[in-house]
Amino acid sequence: MNVLTRKNPIFTCAKNIIRFNSTKSQEVIKKLVKNNKVVVFMKGVPEQPQCGFSNAVVQILRMHGVNYDAHNVLQDESLRQGIKEYSNWPTIPQIFINGEFIGGCDIMLQLHQSGDLIEELEKVGIRSTLLDKKDENNPKESQK
Amino acid sequence: MKSLFKTSKIFSRVLFEANRKMSIVNNPIEISIKSKLEENLRPSYLKIINESYMHNVPKNAETHFKVIVVSDEFKDLPLIKRHRRVNELLKTELQGGVHALSIIAKTPDQWKDETIEPSPNCRGGFGK
Repeated sequence: MNVLTRKNPIFTCAKNIIRFNSTKSQEVIKKLVKNNKVVVFMKGVPEQPQCGFSNAVVQILRMHGVNYDAHNVLQDESLRQGIKEYSNWPTIPQIFINGEFIGGCDIMLQLHQSGDLIEELEKVGIRSTLLDKKDENNPKESQK
Repeated sequence: MKSLFKTSKIFSRVLFEANRKMSIVNNPIEISIKSKLEENLRPSYLKIINESYMHNVPKNAETHFKVIVVSDEFKDLPLIKRHRRVNELLKTELQGGVHALSIIAKTPDQWKDETIEPSPNCRGGFGK
């Protein structure tokens, strides 16, 4: 389907018109990203992510015991386009903390591995459950 | 007769060249990613990995990439700005056929030849 639409100028044109008309308004998205301390735009739902990158983000947040809003962009093409424009970021997943765009999967992974995610969460008043687990297992080990 | 021979020689040379080019350029997007990053970031290390085979796409597709870029240009830039820089450079590719771009952006100081893990497996959402 994608190949077909990409090659045929009529289809491409139609697709652009649809895309233009169906991009979710930036106002709506602004509300969405501020609705919770952590908000994720992903492919699929947390119980069943439909993309490896989205799944990685879900797993990381699960490890930290974070409650978050998740929006499935595969269910809503206008949201898929709208969020890319809002954050000026070309790919999904996208993570927002306190309404601020953090990045995609690679950045989340790096924040997680460096320990910075724990701090980022702390800044908005979320205590990562990894801290508790670390305390139990290795009381002397530093957080990083 | 001589000139005819010459023409046909040139002709076959042209054919040969065209053929050679066609057989090499079966990865135009990868080449374009490579040249854009090289030109703009002058990386001390650059690796472009086509991960499309991991997904539900035709053989030889160029849809999913991972790039490892080590460049002085990233000095003092937070991670998100490094990613934005790469995304911006590859805007055309991302608006065209490239669907996923995983980025590892480091400064030479940060770069120790650590093993880079492949991107996570596809979960079927692509192509739907």
